Amino acid sequence: MNHLPQAWGRPRDDIYGAYDHAHFQTAAGPNQHTQSPIVTGTSVVAAKFKDGVVIAADNLASYGSLARFTDVKRLRKFNETVVVGFGGDVSDMQYLDRLLNSLDIRENYSSTDDPLNAKNLHTYLAKVMYKRRSDFNPLWNHLLIAGLDGESKPFLASADLLGTTFSSPTLATGFGAHLAQPIMRRTIPDENSVKDVSKEDAVKLVKECMKVLFYRDARSMDKYSIATITKEGVELDENVQLENQSWAFAEQIRGYGTQTA
Amino acid sequence: MTSIGTGYDLSNSVFSPDGRNFQVEYAVKAVENGGTAIGIRCKDGIVLALEKLVTSKLLKSGANKRIATVDRNMGIVSSGLLPDGRHFVSRARDEASSWRNLYKAPIPTSSLADRMGSYVQAYTLYSSVRPFGVTAIIGGWDSEAELPVDGQVGAGPGVGSGGKKDGAKHGGPYLYMIEPSGLYWGYYGAATGKGRQIAKSELEKLNLSEGELTLEEGVKEAARIIYIAHDDNKDKEFELEMTWISSTTGPTKGRHEDVPKELREEAERLAKKALEGDDEDEEEEKMQE
Repeated sequence: MNHLPQAWGRPRDDIYGAYDHAHFQTAAGPNQHTQSPIVTGTSVVAAKFKDGVVIAADNLASYGSLARFTDVKRLRKFNETVVVGFGGDVSDMQYLDRLLNSLDIRENYSSTDDPLNAKNLHTYLAKVMYKRRSDFNPLWNHLLIAGLDGESKPFLASADLLGTTFSSPTLATGFGAHLAQPIMRRTIPDENSVKDVSKEDAVKLVKECMKVLFYRDARSMDKYSIATITKEGVELDENVQLENQSWAFAEQIRGYGTQTA
Repeated sequence: MTSIGTGYDLSNSVFSPDGRNFQVEYAVKAVENGGTAIGIRCKDGIVLALEKLVTSKLLKSGANKRIATVDRNMGIVSSGLLPDGRHFVSRARDEASSWRNLYKAPIPTSSLADRMGSYVQAYTLYSSVRPFGVTAIIGGWDSEAELPVDGQVGAGPGVGSGGKKDGAKHGGPYLYMIEPSGLYWGYYGAATGKGRQIAKSELEKLNLSEGELTLEEGVKEAARIIYIAHDDNKDKEFELEMTWISSTTGPTKGRHEDVPKELREEAERLAKKALEGDDEDEEEEKMQE
């Protein structure tokens, strides 16, 4: 008898013959949910520093390769201690934003309870993401949850469309996971080094990553949002222009394209 | 009551020959035994205040809040049967949440009052239920600012259609009171419960319709009115519970919140002083006689 998990819950082939998958098929085939995102946001990058966390994402929502919407705010402030950064599908982000809004309203019915912190929110969102992927109906996002935990210490963690969670002193989603993460790890290689990083250093580091991403990620743009979360609250700027950036060097590149010489 | 023995008070939804619904009237009686609750519509916000009668020394002071928040910008205080009040609040929260689900924006206070009025009224129509044993005061601040639609990520086109009218004013403070019959009106100042008569006459003296009373003055007046309306002879102990809602530029930023401890204690101190002042005047008058 076949004890492999693949055979669990199915009639035995040796008795009933080969399994007929058609039993589960409707005329239109099996039910299908989201197979791919539609309007998407690219990388979110974030880094811890000694008093808090800095997080950034650009303001572009792409429709495939088309730069469709250029004023999309992908950093959402939850309360005075948490900001959530969204990579991936924008409509799923809007759904999650409304979900968090209703959660916040319910949380504030009582004035006496402590507000939800970043750690609570990460746990909640990770469960939402995992539930949806278990329903084969994932929310096509990669989230970074940045803020302070219950002890007012910097907190940074991610949850993705599969419900996978991960935490690190620096995090980046999408293209940034390849391009920004190594840059940030040079300055903040581990948890111990966080205490030596000032807010100014962390902001500079993240801004540098945004520049590298703009140069190399074709789904990015030069206008972005950046937020810092400390005990003093959330400082969110949703209209930052990339600085010291120029394509002038492109003229020097030889070897492909339309140049004649 | 004259109805005793006539049989028209035994079932809900049944009229008496002279056109009364006795079950609703009995519900009003239940409200008249509750602690006094008031609401004041000020120039720049709403104050809700409650005389919370302490039924046992074993209850923690300051706990067991009775004024509830609905959505972020509205508060409900009720007088009468406590469990009925809590169900009323629960329903109001569901209404506010389903409104958001449908319209992606907060429910206007007037719409919430309308829906809750209809809900309460429905409990006077069927023999299988009884009317609500509460009169509830709903206060809210409808945002005067241009609110983003829930989940909105961008500003959209800066020009073109949208039907926005220049200089159009909207939002502001709103106050409604819903009775067990489902009847509701909008008020400048509302009072219910045991001390409602005294409270109403005090509210009338404030000339609220002129719209000059500020929120901070409103807080102090509300505390004073609750203290005046309290009957020392019948109920010894009570706690003053007060919440407020200011404009989006005011102290609560358009949210329904507890009045801060310092301000509440200051208001209570002034209220007690005003009471003592009255007593002294009376004593002086007696002396002169």
